[in-house]
Amino acid sequence: MTTPVLFDVPGPKARRRIRIGTAVGVLVVVAIAALVLVRLAGNGQLEPQRWAVLFDPASQVPQALGQALLRTLQVAIVGMVLATVLGLLLAVGRLSEHRWVGVVVTTLIEFFRAVPLLVLIFALYFLLPKFGIRLSAFWALVGGLVLYNAAVLAEIFRAGILSVDRGQREAAYGLGMRKTQVMTLVLLPQAVRRMLPVLIAQLVVLLKDTSLGFIISFPELLRGARGLVEFFTLQFGNQYTFQLYVAAAVIYIAINLVLSWLARYAEGRTRRNAKTAATTPTELPADVQMGGGGGVIPAAR
Amino acid sequence: MDFVRENSDLFLDAFLTTLGLSLLAGLLALVLGTLLAAMRVSPIPPLRGLATFYVETFRNTPLTVVFFFIIFGLPQIDFVIGFFPGAVLSVGLYTAAFVCEAVRSGVNAVSGGQAEAARALGLTFGQSLREVVLPQAFRTVVPPLGNVLIAMVKNTSIAAGFSVSDLSSLLPRLVNADAGDLTLVLVGVVVGYMVITLPSALAINQIERRVAILR
Repeated sequence: MTTPVLFDVPGPKARRRIRIGTAVGVLVVVAIAALVLVRLAGNGQLEPQRWAVLFDPASQVPQALGQALLRTLQVAIVGMVLATVLGLLLAVGRLSEHRWVGVVVTTLIEFFRAVPLLVLIFALYFLLPKFGIRLSAFWALVGGLVLYNAAVLAEIFRAGILSVDRGQREAAYGLGMRKTQVMTLVLLPQAVRRMLPVLIAQLVVLLKDTSLGFIISFPELLRGARGLVEFFTLQFGNQYTFQLYVAAAVIYIAINLVLSWLARYAEGRTRRNAKTAATTPTELPADVQMGGGGGVIPAAR
Repeated sequence: MDFVRENSDLFLDAFLTTLGLSLLAGLLALVLGTLLAAMRVSPIPPLRGLATFYVETFRNTPLTVVFFFIIFGLPQIDFVIGFFPGAVLSVGLYTAAFVCEAVRSGVNAVSGGQAEAARALGLTFGQSLREVVLPQAFRTVVPPLGNVLIAMVKNTSIAAGFSVSDLSSLLPRLVNADAGDLTLVLVGVVVGYMVITLPSALAINQIERRVAILR
C-alpha cells in the first residue's frame, strides 16, 4: 500500500534512527492512551461493573441496543432497496433517447446531490406536514436517504451501463431485441454485476448516514444509546453514559468494517469472474464515501 | 415579505456560522490530513500504523458518532468544549481521514522516478516529500480534494443536531412558520449552501487548470 521508493533500504545508521523514531512514536501513543485511561479511571469510568451492564441481560441493555441496531438495519435495508430501484430508474432515465427526460432527470440528480442530506431529511420531516403530508421519523429518514443515495447510485449505474462493451448492445439490437429488452436483458445485468462492489461500498455510506436519524429523534442505534443514557441517568446518575456511547460506536465500526471487507471480497470475485474480468476496479469517490451529500463538480466525474 | 425582513439577521447569522465552521474545519482537515498522509508513507512503522488506524476508524464511523464523542464524550475526560469549537473539531477530524486518503493517492500517482531521483540527490525522506513529491501530489489531487472539501461543507449541517445555529438548524427553529414561509426558509437554506459550494467548485476547476502538470 505504501510507496517504498520514497526512502532507501535503511543502512545501519538509518536503522538506528528508525528504531529511535519507533521508540519515540510508541512512547507518544502510549502516553496519550495512558493519559486518557488515567483520566477515565480517575472518573471511575473503567470500573468493571460499569461495563458489565452492557452484557448483562437482566439490565435490558443488550436487548435495547439490539432493538435499536435492528431499527438501524431496517432503515439501511429499506433505504438501500428503494434507493437501488430509484437509482436504476434515474440512470435509465438519464440515458433516455428522449431529450426532455434526460434533462429533467439530470436536474433531479444534480439537485439531490447538491443539497445536504440533513436538509433533505429536515424538509421531509418539518416542511411536508405543512402541506398535509405527515411522515413518521422513520419514513422521513428513509426518504432523505433514498433521494440522496438514488442520485449517487444513478451516476454509478450510468457509468456501469456505459462501460458495457458497445458490441453487446449492437448484437442485442441485431438479434431484433427492443430497446427495453436490450436494457433489461443485456445491459443492466452486466452493469449491476460489475457495480456490485461499489453497491456494497455505498451501503456502508448509507449505514453511516442512518445515524442522522438521531437528529430527528428516530430511535436508531445512537438515539437508542442516548435513550438508555437518559433512563439510567434518571435512576443512578450518569454512571453508564460513556460506556453506552462507546458500545454504539463499536457496533457501527464493526458492521462497517465487515461490509467494507465484503466489498473487497466482491471486488476480488468480480475480477476473477471471466464475465467481468476485463473491467477496471471501481471505487466510490472520496466525497461520496464521506456521506451526508457528495461533491458538485460535474467536470470531475 | 414581513417574514423575510424579520428573519434576515437570523439567516445571515446562520450563513456566517456555516461559512466559519466550513473554513475552520477545512483548514484543520487539510493540515491534519496532509500530516497523516506523510505519516502513512513514512519509513517509521508505528507512524504508519497509527495513521492507518486513524483513517480506518474515522472512515467507518458516522460523523454523528464523532460529534457525539467530542461533545458528550470529551467531558468524561475533564475536557469541556463549546458547541461551535466542538463542531469544528468533529468535522475537521472526520474530514482529515478523507483528505489523507486523497493526498496519499496523489503521492502514489507521482511517478517513482521522481522520488528515486530525489533520493539519488541525497535528499532525506522529509526533504524529498516536502520539495519533490508533495508539490506534485497536490496538483494531481486538486479535484478529489476539492470534492472532499465541498462534501465537508454539506457535512457541517450535522452540527445543527448539536446546538450549533447553522443554516440547517433554521428549519427546525422556524418550524412554526406557515407552509409558504417555511418553504422560503428551505429555499434560503439550499441557496445558502450553494453560495458556498458552487463558487468553491468553480474555484477548484480554475485551480486545477492553473496547476495541472502537462505530461
